[in-house]
Amino acid sequence: MSVTASLPDPMLLLVTLLSLWVVIGFLGLLRPTNLRLVARILFPLGAVVGVGIAVTAAWSIASPNEQWVLGIGLPDLPVHLRRDALSSVFLFLLGATSAGISIFGAGYFRRGEGTLPGLLCLQYHLFLAAMGAVLLADDAYSFMVSWESMALTSYFLVTTQHRIPEIRQAGFLYLLIAHLGAIGILLSFGVMQGGSWQFTFDAMRAAELPPTWASAAFLLAILGFGAKAGLVPLHVWLPEAHPAAPSPVSALMSGVMLKTAIYGVLRVSFDLLGDPAWWWGLVAMALGLFSAVYGVVFAAAQTDMKRLLAFSSIENIGLLFTGLGLTLIFYAAGMNAPAALALVAVLYHAINHAFMKSLLFIGTGSVLHATGQRNLGRLGGLIHRMPWVAWPTLIGALAIAGLPPLNGFVSEWLLLQAFLSAHQVPRLFLNMLLPLGAAVVALAAALAGYVMVKFFGVVFLGQPREAALSQAHDASWRERIGMIWLAAGCVLFGLLPNQVISVLALVPQQFGLLQPGATFGEWWRLDPVSGREASYAPLVFLLIVLFCVVGTIFVVSRIYRRRVRRSAPWDCGFARLDSRMQDTAEGFGQPIRHIFQPFFGMLRELPGPSDPAPHYRVVVSDRIWTSVYVPVATLVQRLAQTVVWLQQGRISTYLIYSLITLLVLLGFVL
Amino acid sequence: MINWSIQGIEVLLALAAAPLFAGWIAQCRALLQNRKPPSIWLPYRNIRKLLMKEAVLAEHASPLFRVAPYIVFGTMICAAAIVPSTGTRLPFSNAADAIALVGLLATARVFMSLAAMDVGTAFGTLGARREMMVGFLAEPALLIVIFVASLISQSTALPVIAERLATETFVLYPSLAFTAVAFALVLLAENARLPVDNPSTHLELTMIHEAMLLEYSARHLALMEWSAALKLFNYACIGIALFLPWGEATGDAPTAAALLAAIPMLVLKLAVGGAVLAVAETVFAKLRVFRVPELLATAFLLAVLGLLVHLLLEG
Repeated sequence: MSVTASLPDPMLLLVTLLSLWVVIGFLGLLRPTNLRLVARILFPLGAVVGVGIAVTAAWSIASPNEQWVLGIGLPDLPVHLRRDALSSVFLFLLGATSAGISIFGAGYFRRGEGTLPGLLCLQYHLFLAAMGAVLLADDAYSFMVSWESMALTSYFLVTTQHRIPEIRQAGFLYLLIAHLGAIGILLSFGVMQGGSWQFTFDAMRAAELPPTWASAAFLLAILGFGAKAGLVPLHVWLPEAHPAAPSPVSALMSGVMLKTAIYGVLRVSFDLLGDPAWWWGLVAMALGLFSAVYGVVFAAAQTDMKRLLAFSSIENIGLLFTGLGLTLIFYAAGMNAPAALALVAVLYHAINHAFMKSLLFIGTGSVLHATGQRNLGRLGGLIHRMPWVAWPTLIGALAIAGLPPLNGFVSEWLLLQAFLSAHQVPRLFLNMLLPLGAAVVALAAALAGYVMVKFFGVVFLGQPREAALSQAHDASWRERIGMIWLAAGCVLFGLLPNQVISVLALVPQQFGLLQPGATFGEWWRLDPVSGREASYAPLVFLLIVLFCVVGTIFVVSRIYRRRVRRSAPWDCGFARLDSRMQDTAEGFGQPIRHIFQPFFGMLRELPGPSDPAPHYRVVVSDRIWTSVYVPVATLVQRLAQTVVWLQQGRISTYLIYSLITLLVLLGFVL
Repeated sequence: MINWSIQGIEVLLALAAAPLFAGWIAQCRALLQNRKPPSIWLPYRNIRKLLMKEAVLAEHASPLFRVAPYIVFGTMICAAAIVPSTGTRLPFSNAADAIALVGLLATARVFMSLAAMDVGTAFGTLGARREMMVGFLAEPALLIVIFVASLISQSTALPVIAERLATETFVLYPSLAFTAVAFALVLLAENARLPVDNPSTHLELTMIHEAMLLEYSARHLALMEWSAALKLFNYACIGIALFLPWGEATGDAPTAAALLAAIPMLVLKLAVGGAVLAVAETVFAKLRVFRVPELLATAFLLAVLGLLVHLLLEG
């Protein structure tokens, strides 16, 4: 007791640290053109603050909920803040991931790349602070303000290189869909206040909503948060915005910002609404499964490395929503233990994905800086030139492919274990349909392996596809620290699942799904389901694998006394091998395009047999974009054209409009 | 203690017998095809010969290429430690259940494909791409097969599954019939057998597994070939554990006699299984690569069907 008493209040600490981010951001404005100040001092400082937030959040997660009412905000609605287990988990994610990204960013940003360094520093740190504020907000007003600041700052970060028209377009699309989502969230809050016109979250928790309205609020929340998370069909901004943004920003958006949407759905469906209807989970799960497969199939067909990662994020968001849906179904059916397991899987996967996707995105950043290429068809062989980038990226790629003993496997394992209880849901048909979801999850996970072999193999292995690649330089030492930090996270979260889960389990406890003191096995062994023999001990597993591998190396080196000679590649005796004969990214994606043809809109140009300059081109397009978004955009444009005659450009006409409007409104009032 | 020794015996048995199993299948195939069969010890001689040779590496092979054979071999040994072939109380299975086993096999596949892409030859990348294509369809099918068995036995630990299926009163599970067919297809595809791949030819435009090994020589190749044999052995043992677990030494502390009885039983099952595999390989013609996904999609759907059948009829 005395120890906790002497330590400062966690809430105070968190708010101070978040404000420090704001201060660091504004310090950048003092000398906006000074790259040194920003890179050598401010970004590393931001990383230190990130570590501080992660430590505070992890340390304070078990302490009781805290609520603060600040003296600022609207006259009748001051800013409410609240820290509980759920927000602590996501604050940890924010702090720990952003620490790695910030230290990487310290070595990444260069002069002459669009926005001035000082301004960029401001946008970046305000973005971080806004995400923190989203996680702490405890009333609709402060939540929306933080949410919108997050959207705006990230918009400016995406359009860092605003002189390029495509990047401006990507930014616009992002802003548009972000606002579509914000409208959904706003309406959802409007429904949840339940006629009390009190917009604090406490009032929403207390409001007794009729089932129809509760369902409306849930669906609006799914729409709103789904737009931010990149749930199909609201995903179109993701593959545009991620390649446009500088890599640390892509890493932050994909790794952390998408998770705030997951936080939002969890907050709304478990905390604010409470009592879910049985079909809510089904909706979330169906959307999630579709997104997972859609995302990973498109990822396999991409030729731009950042677009590939963006689609892979859609897949992972899909998996998260699948787990969330499963949790809701169990929760609605009163099956608390499986619900807790599924919820833990969701939280675990959110943290895992933050680490591994950020790692991969910053890896592409280093590659981009070293080579100037994002196109997979012009890369290759970088493992020789950039080992400091290649090996951490390999860890990230293996983790995201869900291979043991790294972290991606743990959350996948937990999710599958949760699925194994799905047949006990006491609802006919549902209990037979649900286990099929596991088949889709397994398919998506296996496809993720395909995508990651393509990504890593084409970028880092093989021979350089362009002569210029032999000049590629390795990452700077600050970039290396950032990558090693995130890669270490991938390894540690894979090896110590029980330690992580003992913390994460506080969230299901908060929602009453789990008794305090419930365990998921001994410290070294994950054994989450009582009554089922299913366990996984990554440390032992790693030790045995290492023992086998090292033992083999030892034995072989003992019995094998011949030397190793280097020579030209064999390739079945073909002597004139060149780098153009390797598989391209298009080639590697070909089986997927072939098997999943209905998903794609494809444009193919094939050379004729007597073509003197043969040219092969294949362009893969998103069917949802062409069949949903383009018609809607055309419709809006057509509507706009029909009313364009209203716009005369003369002040007198506009005054007449105002007069008519006033008269009509008066008519209503009187 | 007896369980630890079973664990040790199983791993050593797998290591030692895997090439023999491959040799047995090759013999059966040759006999069925009216050829003079090669010696059953040929795989051992091959490995010995390769271990004697000087290793040649491509100039721009990275460390990943050199370490991949050891990783693949090591993971296959670990897989052998998880799969119950003679006894069902394996201590290591507490550390890794059947899902981890699937993950382990995926790890080997990913490292093999990455190594194949490393040198940057046309054949290597082609093989890697096809291997991953086979893998992404076969892996979920295998997972669903295991899922069905886990639902029946309420456990994802492979030894527990095998024990429950072996010691229960004999029940015919229709779902297991579906999953057995699915598993057989997965086994053929994952081990580069006909009709998916032909293990005995090179320089075909349709090759998968051999294309990935083209750049390997000497000790690296020896390890890769040995791990391919181990993989086939492991798959056969997974099939035995899931569908024919009778005769294994079960219970908390099986006696040495039970273990001694289990080994000839295993040999018998493997001999018959190998012969059946050889028949299948003789009967089937090689599929075009484009048709392979259809075959594997069939396997996946059969596994899912097995899951549905279990939930509808047996749940």
